[in-house]
Amino acid sequence: MAATGSSTRASKPSPGSESGPGTGDIPRKRCPEPESEPQELLGAGPADGQDDDTDSEESDYSGLEDSGSDSDSEETGSDPDSGEEDGSKEASEETGDEDAEVQTEKNLNLQKNDEYQQDSSDEEDIRNTVGNIPMEWYADFPHVGYDLDGKKILKPLRSKDELDAFLDKMEDPDFWRTVQDPQTGRDVVLSEQQVALVKRLQKGQFGDINFNEHEPSVDFFSYDVMIHPVTNRPSDKRSFIPSLIEKEKVSKLVHAIKMGLIKPRRSQDDSKGRYYDLWASEEQGRVRDLRMHVPAPRVPLPGHEESYNPPPEYLMTPEERAVWEQQDPEDRKLAFVPRKFSSLRQVPAFERFIHERFERCLDLYLCPRQRKMRVNVNPEDLIPKLPRPRDLQPFPTTQSMVYLGHEGLVRSISPSPCGQWLLSGGDDGSARFWEVSSGRCVKKVEVCGAIKSAVWNPNQGLSLVALAVGSEVLLVTPPSTAADKQVVTATERLLSEEVESAMGEGPVIWSNAEGEELLHGIRIKIQHPKPVSQVTWHSKGDYVAAVMPDHSSHLQVLIHQVSKRRSQSPFSKNKGLVQSVAFHPIRPYFLLATQRSVRIYNLLKQELSKKLQGNAKWISSIAVHPGGDNVICGSYDCRLSWFDLDLSTKPYKTLRHHRRAVRSVAFHRSYPLFASASDDGSVIVCHGTVFSDLLQNPLIVPVKVLKGHVVTHDLGVLDVTFHPSQPWVFSSGADGTIRLFT
Amino acid sequence: MGGLQKKKFERGSATNYITRNKARKKLQLSLPDFRRLCILKGIYPHEPKHKKKVNKGSTAPRTFYLLKDIRFLLHEPIVGKFREYKVFVRKLKKAYAKIEWSDVERLKENKPTYKLDHIIRERFPTFIDALRDIDDALCMCFLFSTFARTGKCHVQTIQLCRRLTVEWMNYVIASRCLKKVFLSIKGIYYQAEVMGQLITWLVPYQFSHDHPTDVDYRVMATFTELYTTLLGFVNFRLYQSLNLVYPPKLDSKSESEINEQNEEDYAMSSESYLEKLSALSASLARVVSSVEEEEAQLDQFPTEGEDMENMEAREKELKQEEKAKKLFEGLKFFLNREVPRESLAFVIRSFGGEVSWDKSVCIGSTYEVTDETITHQIVDRPSVDNQYINRFYIQPQWVYDCVNAKILLPVEDYFIGVTLPPHLSPFVEEKEGDYVPPEKLKIVAMQQGHKSVTEDEENEDEDSNEEAEEEEEDNDEEEEEEDEEEEENLKKLEEQRSKGKSLQVKVTPGKMKVENPARLEQEEKAEEKRLAIMMMKKKEKYLYDKIMFGKKRKVREANKLAAKRKAHDDAEKAKKKARK
Repeated sequence: MAATGSSTRASKPSPGSESGPGTGDIPRKRCPEPESEPQELLGAGPADGQDDDTDSEESDYSGLEDSGSDSDSEETGSDPDSGEEDGSKEASEETGDEDAEVQTEKNLNLQKNDEYQQDSSDEEDIRNTVGNIPMEWYADFPHVGYDLDGKKILKPLRSKDELDAFLDKMEDPDFWRTVQDPQTGRDVVLSEQQVALVKRLQKGQFGDINFNEHEPSVDFFSYDVMIHPVTNRPSDKRSFIPSLIEKEKVSKLVHAIKMGLIKPRRSQDDSKGRYYDLWASEEQGRVRDLRMHVPAPRVPLPGHEESYNPPPEYLMTPEERAVWEQQDPEDRKLAFVPRKFSSLRQVPAFERFIHERFERCLDLYLCPRQRKMRVNVNPEDLIPKLPRPRDLQPFPTTQSMVYLGHEGLVRSISPSPCGQWLLSGGDDGSARFWEVSSGRCVKKVEVCGAIKSAVWNPNQGLSLVALAVGSEVLLVTPPSTAADKQVVTATERLLSEEVESAMGEGPVIWSNAEGEELLHGIRIKIQHPKPVSQVTWHSKGDYVAAVMPDHSSHLQVLIHQVSKRRSQSPFSKNKGLVQSVAFHPIRPYFLLATQRSVRIYNLLKQELSKKLQGNAKWISSIAVHPGGDNVICGSYDCRLSWFDLDLSTKPYKTLRHHRRAVRSVAFHRSYPLFASASDDGSVIVCHGTVFSDLLQNPLIVPVKVLKGHVVTHDLGVLDVTFHPSQPWVFSSGADGTIRLFT
Repeated sequence: MGGLQKKKFERGSATNYITRNKARKKLQLSLPDFRRLCILKGIYPHEPKHKKKVNKGSTAPRTFYLLKDIRFLLHEPIVGKFREYKVFVRKLKKAYAKIEWSDVERLKENKPTYKLDHIIRERFPTFIDALRDIDDALCMCFLFSTFARTGKCHVQTIQLCRRLTVEWMNYVIASRCLKKVFLSIKGIYYQAEVMGQLITWLVPYQFSHDHPTDVDYRVMATFTELYTTLLGFVNFRLYQSLNLVYPPKLDSKSESEINEQNEEDYAMSSESYLEKLSALSASLARVVSSVEEEEAQLDQFPTEGEDMENMEAREKELKQEEKAKKLFEGLKFFLNREVPRESLAFVIRSFGGEVSWDKSVCIGSTYEVTDETITHQIVDRPSVDNQYINRFYIQPQWVYDCVNAKILLPVEDYFIGVTLPPHLSPFVEEKEGDYVPPEKLKIVAMQQGHKSVTEDEENEDEDSNEEAEEEEEDNDEEEEEEDEEEEENLKKLEEQRSKGKSLQVKVTPGKMKVENPARLEQEEKAEEKRLAIMMMKKKEKYLYDKIMFGKKRKVREANKLAAKRKAHDDAEKAKKKARK
């Protein structure tokens, strides 16, 4: 039973005692019920005292299992009971290691107990022989086991009812420490020591009072050098003589060091984080060739919109915000959305901070750098300094007269050499003679078909005009009021001359007008094979040139001599689509403008004297300076080129003043003025002085933009011409009007 | 025949450039090493004028370097170090793989290191060159010093950055060279003038960083390596120029003061020293302790006429500058715990103010809240419980605005709970025709007011009255007056704006005025100009059109801003009236 005591005492017990057969198992199975523990233990005491045989039997078991450890545990286990009672017993226990002695000790102990605790007869030995089994196995039987003789031990008669129990409880002062021994079924009163033991165990303390659980441990093998060696073996010989292997190793190392295979340990270089005056010595170190070096541009400084509390106008409206979000990050003007915070503590961290710094890093080492020359000029300085237009007067400035009457486009206008009259021809099939000063139409000549070109004979001694209508060129006499009588008669004489020889030859048919036409003033009709687009007079007034634009034929230009009624074709080869022709005002030259170039022919030598190459894509018109050395030509690609014949075949100046195609250009006969008319509805008058000094370039200054014509059907001003003596300019437009600017 | 046939791409620009890959091969470096070398040496690609020629006829996009630059790199000793390092890594790997720990130890001990001193000297031949390029270095160091000490980069780097930036800030305080401060949504911009160089840097707000994944930290670390070296040398030189001890030491007097307070908080004195320095509250020790700051005085030269006037103007300017440097002198600030302590302490101390904070916020506080002599307490919360009557409770923006305006602004606008006036960027210099926010005009007026004392004090009084009235919003009449005043202000503004735009007005046809000789003349002039423009050459015309387009756009933008402002003001006014 002592073994059971030791096992319940704590977790210390040796494994042997517990796992032994029979007896060893019992306490473990009992363990679950906490109440039974002390009971069983307490029960063991009296049981031991009552029958020694069981005890010895049990000790037999334990002896079989493991003598050393078991006896130890038994000794300590029984200590609390016996140790305090008498020291002599203790001594005997310690020295004795036989089971018998333990038995006697326990018997003595129990006998002592008997003296004042057990009132029943102590003599009868009712030792139970069932062994260490759970007593509930006998719960249903009338007996609780068998005694030494093999007779049943009956359960004590349960005469006590509840009332007796209550009375006991009330009267018996030891009732609280009376427990029932399940093995015998008797009541046992616990001793003081036993109660104390129970209390200690309940508290979770060791059963033995004297056991010190915090004893200092003793290190047998410590770092202290002891006087006596652990082993007493004499040292080897090899510990007295130098090692050959080591010697070999050392010599190897020495060799390696000598040969430089092993380098000695480097001394720590701690100068890395140490700063000093780097720029102390003025002499420069190795310096790169920095000619091509471009220093990194600085990060632009932040503006108001980056503030945490910007003025309200810098915040984005929802629309702006939407636009900002739509844009690609590269296109955005601001890389962030301006925000407003009412106080500094509300400002959060900027999410793209590290990004931006990283991008800056990338810019610094990955971006190719290039010096961009930023032009820092005052735009006013770029504007050329020209003489003021006021100093270049006179030139036409205001619109002073509008000649109304034409229906449809007015293709061509021409003033009379005296400057009193104006001839106009248009798409409505009528040529009209206007008085310049009054704006009255004095005569209207109806022809069949649109008038492409109408030109007044420049000879003051003749009063004659040429009209290009379809494939005919008509020579018409203006109203008799338009000229002196002498002039009229001279004209009559010229027209009435009969020159038969020339009539009816070549591709051209000359015929005199008759009947109705004659009444209108039409005198001579020159029938051409193709529609005529332009007619122009020679300055003497005897020759008239007609243009019949045609890709395929060399017969594009014909020159008619009025006095002899003779026609000739000057060119035997096709040079391209002829746009316009002009006679040189002084010299016997003839100018011919094809699509891309202007050719100048010497009529006397019958050869090409010059070919002017403009940048124009499609020349529309040409005009020759009255001085004879300069030519301007307008083109459908908005340009006006000024050629100086003495200088070069390339334009001296190209003016791109007009926004639409240039239709017509004209020089003034006496004033240094020229004008260009364009489809944008404007006439631009420029001052163009030609100096007699050959070294001085012509001075070209635009002086006035004249507006007035209405653009109809994408056509603006169709023809422009100057008054022969006054600084006035006439213009005719697609709106059916002719305007005079003075 | 005779003569050698000329081969293509063997002369001219094709031989002056080299592609990146070829350069890398020539230097025998891996791409990351090449990149690092380029960063350290400041080599950047060049864009050739004729790309196709240089690219040997191909139009493939390639990065080109100048061959001269690459040849220059060939002689760099650091290239050898890079190679050594490569070998070191290889050996180390091998040792690890063989589990030879003694070898690993030995190799680690002999890890090759390099110094960048000579590169700094070479890239920045003079000290001024270094100062000119210090902007980026400062920005980067300030950023790295705010990184958490985990991952991303070495702890030593972060500590070094912190140390250097603290040194820099201490220098700026000691030399009082801070000029401008700007609170942006990105961070706080500072501008200081050091030895005639304007240096601007950006400090992020004190938050932990959300590290992006698409950023290559190796590149940033290489830059930081260079920049820390540069900044260290620059700091040394700057400290030397002020006769300060380097590495910085606190003044013995102030040091003892601080020591008394916080002896027990820090285990090691070396640890706490940087903290004490970074508190920015104590002055630094000098090499020559007794030297008093000499006032810079202009030498008088005998001058006459215009020079005299210039001299006077310069003297005046200098005086003003001196005055601005002592902006906060005599003021005592106390920082509440919710305001950015470091920034405010830096700014206030740079302008001569005294500053302190709660002991628990940071080491180095010099006086308590209860100090009666405190003039301003900086607060950034809606209300404060027990207020002292003899000090102003203001929001932090006041400090920054004062610095930018170079005068002490009236504190009424910045009281607790008051809607703050907009914070303007001090870096914007409005040219003629640019939009100027009305607040700026107000500040300019105030600045000028300080110069001529008599009227402007009244004006200021009026201003302050106005603001007081705004706050009260009790008296209707006063309100109206105020409105009128506002309108007047607006009119003035418009006038100013129109003055600014007078150039542009000339071009466009004016208002309807019949028979006005002046206008006629103007028209004539305009026409003259138009005609002259017609005569411009094509190239010049293009340029002119471009310039004019830019100008017009500027005007358009300015007008847009003005209109926006006007709409906003109108809306505000309407709201105010509705509230009444």
